Amino acid sequence: MIVEFGHFALILALCLAALQATVPLYGASRNHAGLMAVGQSAAVAQFLLIAASFAVLVNAYIVSDFSLATVVENSQSTKPLLYKITGVWGNHEGSMVLWVLILSLFGAAVALFGDNLPPSLRARVLAVQGMIGVGFLTFILFTSNPFLRAQPAPLDGNGMNPVLQDPGLAFHPPFLYLGYVGFSVAFSFAVAALIEGRVDAAWARWVRPWSLAAWCALTIGIAMGSWWAYYTLGWGGWWFWDPVENASFMPWLVGTALIHSAIVVEKRDALKSWTILLAIVTFSLSLVGTFLVRSGVLTSVHAFAVDPTRGTYILILLVLAIGGSLTLYAVRAPALQGGGLFAPISREAALVLNNVLLATAAATVFLGTLYPLFLDTIGGPKLSVGFPFFNRTFVPLMVPALLAVAVGPLLAWKRGDLKGALQRLWFAFAAALLVALVGLYLAGFKPILALLGLALAAWAGIGALVEWAERVKLFRAGAAETWRRARHLPRASYAMTIAHFGLAVSVAGIAASAFAVEQIQMLHPGDTLPIAGYVLKFDGTEKVQGPNFTADRATIEVQRDGATVEELHPQRRFFPLQQMTTSVTAIRSNLLADLYVALGDPDDSNGSTVRAYWKPLTPWIWIGAVIMAFGGVLSLSDRRWRVGVAARRRLPAAHPAPGE
Amino acid sequence: MTRKRKRLYLVLGGLALLGVATALVLSAFQDNLVFFYGPSDLAAKRVPDGRDIRIGGLVENGSVKHEADGVTLDFKVTDGNAVVPVTYKGDVPDLFREGQGVVVEGKLQQGVFRASSVLAKHDENYMPPEVVDALKRSGHWQEGAKPGPTAATANAKQP
Repeated sequence: MIVEFGHFALILALCLAALQATVPLYGASRNHAGLMAVGQSAAVAQFLLIAASFAVLVNAYIVSDFSLATVVENSQSTKPLLYKITGVWGNHEGSMVLWVLILSLFGAAVALFGDNLPPSLRARVLAVQGMIGVGFLTFILFTSNPFLRAQPAPLDGNGMNPVLQDPGLAFHPPFLYLGYVGFSVAFSFAVAALIEGRVDAAWARWVRPWSLAAWCALTIGIAMGSWWAYYTLGWGGWWFWDPVENASFMPWLVGTALIHSAIVVEKRDALKSWTILLAIVTFSLSLVGTFLVRSGVLTSVHAFAVDPTRGTYILILLVLAIGGSLTLYAVRAPALQGGGLFAPISREAALVLNNVLLATAAATVFLGTLYPLFLDTIGGPKLSVGFPFFNRTFVPLMVPALLAVAVGPLLAWKRGDLKGALQRLWFAFAAALLVALVGLYLAGFKPILALLGLALAAWAGIGALVEWAERVKLFRAGAAETWRRARHLPRASYAMTIAHFGLAVSVAGIAASAFAVEQIQMLHPGDTLPIAGYVLKFDGTEKVQGPNFTADRATIEVQRDGATVEELHPQRRFFPLQQMTTSVTAIRSNLLADLYVALGDPDDSNGSTVRAYWKPLTPWIWIGAVIMAFGGVLSLSDRRWRVGVAARRRLPAAHPAPGE
Repeated sequence: MTRKRKRLYLVLGGLALLGVATALVLSAFQDNLVFFYGPSDLAAKRVPDGRDIRIGGLVENGSVKHEADGVTLDFKVTDGNAVVPVTYKGDVPDLFREGQGVVVEGKLQQGVFRASSVLAKHDENYMPPEVVDALKRSGHWQEGAKPGPTAATANAKQP
């Protein structure tokens, strides 16, 4: 009965979404306040209904209701509670319900927190959100209904893919979806603005926090996925340029461009139609990502819960959404009046450079990801594009972007002083040079690209700090003056410094991955394996019993200078229900380097293959991502979003000219 | 600076960058496209040693063996008609098993495929599309059937 309630709630949500997609739109065209207000109630009610439906589904998993087909296929009664809950979105049907839940959450948020929006804009934004909702709710109800019954109900389920029984599943997909789907708000704002035919600084001020929130979630989501892939064997490490990874990375790249170009619209009233286009493209790429991940048309190490037959529906949805919005763009965008002028050397120009580089980089990733699919469709040879391709296209495009990220913030709006900015960056240049020289001294010429990467990271990271130091006149004015300036700098300014610094930290971690050391050896109890100044002493394995698996648990002493500093316990787990073995790695991290140990196959005399890696600076990849996301959250808390300044065009205090 | 002038600079800058990106893509495509072969294709065509390729099929039943060093893995990939011996040193995905679909990337060296990475299927319903295609071409794919039974039939035909 309760299951039917959930099913019914989902159907009602579809009806409300249809209402939300049409009535406010009509109301806005007639300027009828009552009809426009329908959108808000519909959005909130739709969210509550989908939340109820989702709760019913979660409950069915928790109580192991094996009369539901998805529960039978993806769960089992002995599974730990955490994986019963996360298992809800560990399969196709459930993950789509999570998708629409987050979509309706954003719709409800616009309805509830959009009081400062003009009523017609809010009505149209909600209508577009409603249309997306209709598309995906029909997709769920007609092709991937999670509420279908299993007749007759079996005594126990088939269990969940053991590879997914990891805490990573609890966080990675929800954050990824918050990001993917969050960009739907930017998309809706863009389409609504095109319908209204008006884009101004106020529009940018409304759309930017939504994009920023989605961007933060996507950053965290990708970082968590990358970390999960890092500690799971056989997923190709922290980044593999795998189609599924690229699917999440493309919206991130264009979304990053979007949150930068929206600044130009807000501050200078320029780049309007470009920003609209970015908003459309970002969400379109999220849809493409959903299609790639859900349809399994490309071979991926992360292809879970895919069903090619359902891909067709998403493809149609994709064509309608992208085709429709781009057509609207083609018709309406030329009418948007461009605003402020700027010189080729200026803050605006630097942001344009950032945008062009990020968009081009996204285009190369897009090409590399979809070229095999395209060739296959026209009957060409089967092929794949591996990471050498991406290293040779994406990486060269990121070099100028990293060079510019330190300079751009030091340029003034309208007309900047490049020479002055470079002079003020002498310290960052010295730091980069120092890093490069020390690297050369320690590692020689061979890993020259990694050394260049580290130098670039130093340049970008120190450059971000230099910009802050310039603003507070560190060491140039008195301590009291510096303190006063530091306190009065807007949070958005700190946010930029922090996010750019986080980027540099990530880049350093990525570059340093070239210095990783690897040892693979068969070890018997008492054997030792030296690696990077540590000695690993293998003490044998023991059998342990888990809730739904049995495991070989190894004890490996990590010794430094003869003393044991830590014991590591990598495992091999065997899941009898699925007849599968998974590996659980053990990592000792001191935030500067990871010691990574995995247990391989056993032999007949109590020995086991042990793989050990020493990975310098690798944790920085994710630390940097977290710093970036923190910068984004800090920017969200800037007072200009909270105080009712939406109508005011510019905040004089927000941006003192740098180095004034 | 007039608006037209600005737009001209923007367009020129954009075009220049697009040119650079195209050049990068084309040069990278030249060397880094990895072609896919089923075991039968590999037997029929002469693929030069040392070129990066992908092969895919089913891991032949009873073919997975560890070498004496304990870290090198030997196995055979089959589509029911032809077999390719593979040797691999590194991390095998958790779901790598005999009788399952697999895609392997690496180079041919005197008739043996030296793998640099192994991609196994990752859940019950997933079969790499290339593998499905290779099996279809060799006539060992049953439409609509679960990959499992197909794997069994394909392997059963092996002597």
